[in-house]
Amino acid sequence: MRLAQHMSVASERVRSTVIEANEFPELSRAYQVMGVPKVVINDRVQFEGAVPEPDFLGAVLQAVETP
Amino acid sequence: MPILNPRDQAAVRKEFERIAGPVKLVVFSQSLAAPELCQQNEQLVREVAELSDQITVEILNLAIDRERAEAYGIDQVPAIVVEGNRDWGIRFYGVPLGYEFSNLIDSIIVASTGEPVLSEETLASTSRCSRPRPDRTVPGPCAWHSTCRWRRSECARL
Repeated sequence: MRLAQHMSVASERVRSTVIEANEFPELSRAYQVMGVPKVVINDRVQFEGAVPEPDFLGAVLQAVETP
Repeated sequence: MPILNPRDQAAVRKEFERIAGPVKLVVFSQSLAAPELCQQNEQLVREVAELSDQITVEILNLAIDRERAEAYGIDQVPAIVVEGNRDWGIRFYGVPLGYEFSNLIDSIIVASTGEPVLSEETLASTSRCSRPRPDRTVPGPCAWHSTCRWRRSECARL
Protein backbone atom coordinates (compact mmCIF):
# COMPACT_ATOMS: atom_id res chain seq x y z
CA MET A 1 0.00 0.00 0.00
CA ARG A 2 2.93 2.26 0.71
CA LEU A 3 4.03 2.03 -2.92
CA ALA A 4 0.58 3.00 -4.18
CA GLN A 5 0.44 6.00 -1.89
CA HIS A 6 3.89 7.20 -2.85
CA MET A 7 2.97 6.80 -6.52
CA SER A 8 -0.06 8.99 -5.82
CA VAL A 9 2.28 11.72 -4.69
CA ALA A 10 4.62 11.13 -7.63
CA SER A 11 1.90 11.53 -10.26
CA GLU A 12 -1.33 13.48 -10.31
CA ARG A 13 -2.74 10.71 -12.48
CA VAL A 14 -2.37 8.09 -9.78
CA ARG A 15 -4.80 7.82 -6.87
CA SER A 16 -4.76 5.21 -4.13
CA THR A 17 -7.53 3.98 -1.90
CA VAL A 18 -6.75 1.58 0.93
CA ILE A 19 -9.81 -0.47 1.84
CA GLU A 20 -10.15 -2.46 5.03
CA ALA A 21 -11.45 -5.72 3.57
CA ASN A 22 -13.30 -6.94 6.67
CA GLU A 23 -15.22 -3.68 7.06
CA PHE A 24 -16.35 -3.57 3.44
CA PRO A 25 -17.56 -7.09 2.62
CA GLU A 26 -19.46 -5.97 -0.49
CA LEU A 27 -16.34 -4.46 -2.00
CA SER A 28 -14.36 -7.53 -0.96
CA ARG A 29 -16.87 -9.75 -2.75
CA ALA A 30 -16.91 -7.50 -5.80
CA TYR A 31 -13.13 -7.67 -6.07
CA GLN A 32 -13.02 -11.35 -5.05
CA VAL A 33 -10.66 -10.70 -2.17
CA MET A 34 -9.46 -14.03 -0.78
CA GLY A 35 -6.39 -12.67 0.98
CA VAL A 36 -4.78 -9.37 1.82
CA PRO A 37 -3.10 -7.26 0.82
CA LYS A 38 -4.78 -7.36 -2.56
CA VAL A 39 -4.16 -4.66 -5.13
CA VAL A 40 -6.59 -3.84 -7.94
CA ILE A 41 -5.49 -1.27 -10.50
CA ASN A 42 -8.07 0.41 -12.73
CA ASP A 43 -10.24 -2.71 -12.38
CA ARG A 44 -7.90 -4.30 -14.90
CA VAL A 45 -4.88 -5.70 -13.12
CA GLN A 46 -4.91 -7.34 -9.72
CA PHE A 47 -2.60 -9.36 -7.50
CA GLU A 48 -2.40 -10.59 -3.94
CA GLY A 49 0.48 -10.22 -1.55
CA ALA A 50 3.30 -7.77 -1.22
CA VAL A 51 5.44 -7.44 -4.33
CA PRO A 52 8.77 -5.73 -5.05
CA GLU A 53 8.59 -2.17 -6.36
CA PRO A 54 9.54 -3.07 -9.96
CA ASP A 55 6.71 -5.61 -10.09
CA PHE A 56 4.26 -3.11 -8.64
CA LEU A 57 5.31 -0.55 -11.23
CA GLY A 58 4.95 -3.17 -13.93
CA ALA A 59 1.39 -3.86 -12.82
CA VAL A 60 0.53 -0.15 -12.90
CA LEU A 61 1.96 0.22 -16.38
CA GLN A 62 0.19 -2.91 -17.52
CA ALA A 63 -3.10 -1.51 -16.25
CA VAL A 64 -2.77 1.63 -18.34
CA GLU A 65 -1.37 -0.15 -21.38
CA THR A 66 -4.15 -2.71 -21.64
CA PRO A 67 -6.51 -1.65 -24.41
CA MET B 1 -10.26 4.71 26.49
CA PRO B 2 -7.43 5.70 24.12
CA ILE B 3 -6.73 3.57 21.07
CA LEU B 4 -3.02 4.41 21.04
CA ASN B 5 -1.05 3.39 24.10
CA PRO B 6 1.90 5.51 25.30
CA ARG B 7 4.38 3.33 23.42
CA ASP B 8 2.44 3.77 20.16
CA GLN B 9 2.27 7.50 20.74
CA ALA B 10 6.00 7.74 21.31
CA ALA B 11 6.75 5.74 18.17
CA VAL B 12 4.41 7.87 16.05
CA ARG B 13 5.81 11.09 17.49
CA LYS B 14 9.25 9.90 16.45
CA GLU B 15 8.01 9.20 12.92
CA PHE B 16 6.28 12.57 12.78
CA GLU B 17 9.61 14.33 13.22
CA ARG B 18 9.85 13.85 9.44
CA ILE B 19 6.68 15.85 8.75
CA ALA B 20 7.68 18.78 6.59
CA GLY B 21 4.48 20.81 6.36
CA PRO B 22 0.81 20.98 7.22
CA VAL B 23 -1.39 17.94 6.69
CA LYS B 24 -5.16 17.84 6.85
CA LEU B 25 -7.02 14.63 7.60
CA VAL B 26 -10.54 14.91 6.25
CA VAL B 27 -12.74 12.30 7.88
CA PHE B 28 -16.09 11.21 6.48
CA SER B 29 -18.52 9.59 8.87
CA GLN B 30 -22.19 8.70 8.89
CA SER B 31 -23.49 7.51 12.22
CA LEU B 32 -26.51 5.76 10.73
CA ALA B 33 -24.42 3.74 8.31
CA ALA B 34 -21.61 2.47 10.54
CA PRO B 35 -21.82 4.10 13.97
CA GLU B 36 -19.16 2.14 15.83
CA LEU B 37 -16.61 2.13 13.02
CA CYS B 38 -17.10 5.83 12.32
CA GLN B 39 -16.70 6.68 15.99
CA GLN B 40 -13.57 4.56 16.25
CA ASN B 41 -12.17 6.09 13.09
CA GLU B 42 -12.76 9.64 14.33
CA GLN B 43 -11.14 8.82 17.64
CA LEU B 44 -8.10 7.27 15.96
CA VAL B 45 -7.64 10.25 13.65
CA ARG B 46 -7.94 12.70 16.53
CA GLU B 47 -5.41 10.76 18.58
CA VAL B 48 -2.97 10.71 15.66
CA ALA B 49 -3.46 14.42 15.02
CA GLU B 50 -2.63 15.21 18.62
CA LEU B 51 0.85 13.84 18.04
CA SER B 52 1.87 16.64 15.66
CA ASP B 53 0.96 20.31 15.58
CA GLN B 54 1.20 20.12 11.78
CA ILE B 55 -1.90 17.93 11.52
CA THR B 56 -5.44 19.27 11.45
CA VAL B 57 -8.67 17.29 11.33
CA GLU B 58 -11.95 18.02 9.63
CA ILE B 59 -14.92 15.77 10.31
CA LEU B 60 -17.60 15.65 7.62
CA ASN B 61 -20.84 13.76 7.27
CA LEU B 62 -21.24 11.73 4.08
CA ALA B 63 -25.00 12.35 3.98
CA ILE B 64 -24.84 16.07 4.73
CA ASP B 65 -21.59 17.17 3.12
CA ARG B 66 -22.39 15.57 -0.20
CA GLU B 67 -20.61 18.10 -2.38
CA ARG B 68 -17.39 17.72 -0.44
CA ALA B 69 -17.73 13.93 -0.56
CA GLU B 70 -18.28 14.02 -4.29
CA ALA B 71 -15.32 16.34 -4.79
CA TYR B 72 -13.13 13.88 -2.91
CA GLY B 73 -14.70 10.87 -4.62
CA ILE B 74 -15.84 9.44 -1.30
CA ASP B 75 -18.90 7.19 -1.28
CA GLN B 76 -18.25 4.93 1.72
CA VAL B 77 -17.73 5.44 5.44
CA PRO B 78 -15.65 5.57 7.46
CA ALA B 79 -13.20 7.30 5.15
CA ILE B 80 -10.09 9.42 5.51
CA VAL B 81 -8.58 11.81 2.98
CA VAL B 82 -4.90 12.61 3.58
CA GLU B 83 -4.07 16.04 2.18
CA GLY B 84 -0.81 17.92 2.17
CA ASN B 85 -0.40 21.24 0.40
CA ARG B 86 -2.61 19.61 -2.22
CA ASP B 87 -4.86 16.60 -2.54
CA TRP B 88 -2.53 13.76 -3.50
CA GLY B 89 -5.38 11.31 -4.03
CA ILE B 90 -4.69 9.28 -0.90
CA ARG B 91 -7.77 7.70 0.67
CA PHE B 92 -8.53 5.16 3.38
CA TYR B 93 -11.81 3.27 3.68
CA GLY B 94 -12.28 1.67 7.06
CA VAL B 95 -10.43 2.17 10.31
CA PRO B 96 -6.69 2.01 9.56
CA LEU B 97 -5.61 -0.06 12.52
CA GLY B 98 -3.18 -2.96 12.57
CA TYR B 99 -1.17 -3.25 9.39
CA GLU B 100 -2.88 -0.21 7.88
CA PHE B 101 -1.91 2.03 10.75
CA SER B 102 1.70 2.24 9.59
CA ASN B 103 0.40 3.11 6.11
CA LEU B 104 -1.65 5.94 7.57
CA ILE B 105 1.39 7.33 9.37
CA ASP B 106 3.58 6.95 6.29
CA SER B 107 0.96 8.57 4.06
CA ILE B 108 0.79 11.57 6.40
CA ILE B 109 4.54 12.02 6.16
CA VAL B 110 4.73 11.70 2.38
CA ALA B 111 1.73 14.01 1.98
CA SER B 112 3.59 16.61 4.03
CA THR B 113 6.85 16.37 2.11
CA GLY B 114 5.44 15.83 -1.37
CA GLU B 115 8.54 13.73 -1.95
CA PRO B 116 7.73 10.09 -2.61
CA VAL B 117 10.32 7.51 -1.67
CA LEU B 118 10.51 5.50 -4.86
CA SER B 119 13.20 4.20 -7.17
CA GLU B 120 14.43 6.35 -10.03
CA GLU B 121 12.73 4.05 -12.51
CA THR B 122 9.39 4.26 -10.73
CA LEU B 123 9.62 8.03 -10.41
CA ALA B 124 10.49 8.36 -14.07
CA SER B 125 7.63 6.15 -15.20
CA THR B 126 5.01 7.74 -12.96
CA SER B 127 6.16 11.35 -13.17
CA ARG B 128 7.19 12.00 -16.73
CA CYS B 129 3.75 11.93 -18.21
CA SER B 130 1.94 13.44 -15.27
CA ARG B 131 1.40 16.79 -16.95
CA PRO B 132 -1.24 17.36 -19.59
CA ARG B 133 -0.06 16.94 -23.11
CA PRO B 134 0.93 20.32 -24.55
CA ASP B 135 -0.46 19.67 -28.00
CA ARG B 136 -2.87 16.85 -28.67
CA THR B 137 -2.63 17.15 -32.44
CA VAL B 138 1.09 16.49 -32.87
CA PRO B 139 1.98 12.81 -33.12
CA GLY B 140 5.23 11.34 -31.83
CA PRO B 141 6.87 10.84 -28.45
CA CYS B 142 5.84 12.71 -25.36
CA ALA B 143 7.08 16.27 -25.79
CA TRP B 144 7.90 16.78 -22.14
CA HIS B 145 10.77 14.34 -22.02
CA SER B 146 12.63 13.00 -25.01
CA THR B 147 13.34 9.75 -23.20
CA CYS B 148 9.76 9.16 -22.13
CA ARG B 149 8.67 5.64 -22.94
CA TRP B 150 5.10 6.66 -23.62
CA ARG B 151 3.69 7.60 -26.95
CA ARG B 152 1.60 10.73 -26.79
CA SER B 153 -1.58 8.76 -27.22
CA GLU B 154 -0.73 6.72 -24.12
CA CYS B 155 0.68 9.55 -22.07
CA ALA B 156 -2.63 11.06 -21.05
CA ARG B 157 -3.90 7.76 -19.73
CA LEU B 158 -1.50 7.40 -16.80
